[in-house]
Amino acid sequence: MSTQLIQERVAARSRTARARIIAALGPLTMLGGVAWAFLQPYRLTILHPHGEGFWWLFVQPPLLVIAVGVVFSLLIAPGLIEDLEAEEG
Amino acid sequence: MQPPAEHVHWMFATGFLLLGLLLLARAVVGEEVWRRRTWRAYLWPSLLFGLGVLMWPVMVFFTNSTIHLVAHGMWAQTMMVGGAAELGLLRGKLHNRAWQLAVPLALAVSGASLLIHEQNGWLFARAAFLHHIMGWTALVGAIFPLVAIVRPRSRVWGSGLALTLVVLAVFLYADRDVAPIFGHLSPLAGEPHR
Repeated sequence: MSTQLIQERVAARSRTARARIIAALGPLTMLGGVAWAFLQPYRLTILHPHGEGFWWLFVQPPLLVIAVGVVFSLLIAPGLIEDLEAEEG
Repeated sequence: MQPPAEHVHWMFATGFLLLGLLLLARAVVGEEVWRRRTWRAYLWPSLLFGLGVLMWPVMVFFTNSTIHLVAHGMWAQTMMVGGAAELGLLRGKLHNRAWQLAVPLALAVSGASLLIHEQNGWLFARAAFLHHIMGWTALVGAIFPLVAIVRPRSRVWGSGLALTLVVLAVFLYADRDVAPIFGHLSPLAGEPHR
C-alpha cells in the first residue's frame, strides 16, 4: 500500500471523527441539561410552580442548556457536517 | 418587571455556553471549513459583540455600587471590542494582525475586573467565590487565544478558549443572589433566598 494512500485513509478517518464530534456536541449538551435537571430538580420552576412571576418560568437553567443543545444541533451542526463532507469529497 | 440578578447571570451563561460550543466546533473542523458559509464565520464575533451590548443595561439597572458599575462597564466594553475586532478582521476592514490580540486582552481585562471588584474573600458567599474563580479562569484562559494567534492551526489552543467559555458558563449558572459556598456563608452576606 502506498504511503499516499495510507495518508489519505488516515485523513479520511480523522475527518469522519471530526464529523462525529460535531454531531455529538448538541446531543451531549442536551444530555448535560437533562442530567442537571435530574440532579437539581429544584432548578426547574415548572416542576413545582407556586405563583412565580414571568422570569422564574422563563429562565430555568437546565432548560436553557437543553435549548442551546437543540439550537446547535438544528442550526449549526447539519451545515457544518455537510461542509466537512464536501471537503472530503 | 426586571428579572432577579441571578436570572441575568443565567441568561449570560446561556450566551457563553452557545459561544463556547461555536468556538469548539470551529476548533474541531478548522478555520477553512468553518468559513465556508459566510454567516457562520460572523456568528461568534457577532454573539460576543451582542453580549457586550446587552451588558450595558445590566450595568445600568443591576449594579448597586460604583466599583460594581465600573466592572460591568468594563465587561461590556471588552466583549464589544473583542467581537468588533474579530468582525473587522473577518470583513477585511482591519488589516493589522495585532487586532487579534483583542480577544485575549478582553478575557484578561475581564478576569482582572472580576478579581479587583470583588471586595470579599473566597468563602464569604457563593457570589464572592464565583467572582474569584471566574476571574482566575478568565485570566488563565486568556493564554489560549493568545497562543492560538501564533499557532492558528492547533486544535488544543483553539479549543482552549471554547472550553474556558464553557467553564465560565457553568460558574455563571451556579450563581445565586445570596447562597452558601461549601457550607460557608458570612452573616454579613444576608439571608439566603432559598
